[in-house]
Amino acid sequence: MKRKPSVYRPPAAKAVRRFSLSGTPEMKCQKMLRAINDYVDGVLDPAICEGFESHLAGCNPCQIVVDNVRQTITLYKAGKPYPMPVGCSRRLHRLIRERWKAKPE
Amino acid sequence: MVMAVDVDLDLVRRARAGEFEAFDRLVARHERRVYNLARRILRRPEDAEDVVQETFLSAMQHLAGFREEAAFPTWLLRIATNHALKILRKRRGLRTVPFEESRGRDESAGGPIPPPAYIASWREDAERVADRPEIRRLLDRALAELDPKHRAIFLLRDVEGLSTEDAARALGITVANAKVRLLRARLKLRERLTRSLGDPSTRVEGHAHDHDHDHGHGPSSGASRDAARVPGPRAPGRPIRRRFHP
Repeated sequence: MKRKPSVYRPPAAKAVRRFSLSGTPEMKCQKMLRAINDYVDGVLDPAICEGFESHLAGCNPCQIVVDNVRQTITLYKAGKPYPMPVGCSRRLHRLIRERWKAKPE
Repeated sequence: MVMAVDVDLDLVRRARAGEFEAFDRLVARHERRVYNLARRILRRPEDAEDVVQETFLSAMQHLAGFREEAAFPTWLLRIATNHALKILRKRRGLRTVPFEESRGRDESAGGPIPPPAYIASWREDAERVADRPEIRRLLDRALAELDPKHRAIFLLRDVEGLSTEDAARALGITVANAKVRLLRARLKLRERLTRSLGDPSTRVEGHAHDHDHDHGHGPSSGASRDAARVPGPRAPGRPIRRRFHP
């Protein structure tokens, strides 16, 4: 069964300036890309954020990329840690005990 | 409720006063986290074990120097990162460039960020699939394919939850450089995972990133070539809609 894809939905666009009106398409793209991190982390400068969201509202590929980045981070955060081998832990605690005894007060 | 930070601080103070059991408990509380970071950066279990041992021996030696304004685990992860980087440096030998930035190697200065090539919504939510063994293998593989410097910043920042400043300090790089490395890491992982987890019917075309963008993808990257060569099936009535930029 195919689920409806979850795509990030930005808040309704307000009448704000576009993310970038100057430069070549490549420059706009680079600016957008460079702002993605701060946007995803919620630390994008509010003035830029408005422009970013305004751009997102009209740009499906950008919405998907932002959502993909969020999902990527979520997936890694949710991943189970490697179990630490019992022997590794035992050797560590033994080593610590030996060195503790030997260390100068 | 006693906060973990308070428990750590109490144990640190007791260990400083000479109580071995307090230090042993600190080790028990944080060994798995240190092991995991090292294992993910270096991949070999025996290297991870070396890092864990070196980290706690250093911590024991320098406990008096631990300034309490930083969280104890952050301090530990910084030490662990240092030891992991030493092993990476050894592996690379003397012929290659050092892991840390050096003059002219500051990534924050320039170099274009490769644009996303495969853009599609994921078939399922990340949280629902995280526990599946095949997803775990995919995550490990994608992480292993990253350059170690990108892997390290991603792990510190996004998996361990350090601030960008703390992660930068742990790696001995500037905050600006850390930000660019993190961006590259996230985008590379996004690309890799989306190729496996993306729903082809939702696929859209990104910005071509060459000057003549009316003529399709530029030949600059293998990823773009792949994307152009293997277009996923699209649902009827859902043509490739927009370029990455309007």
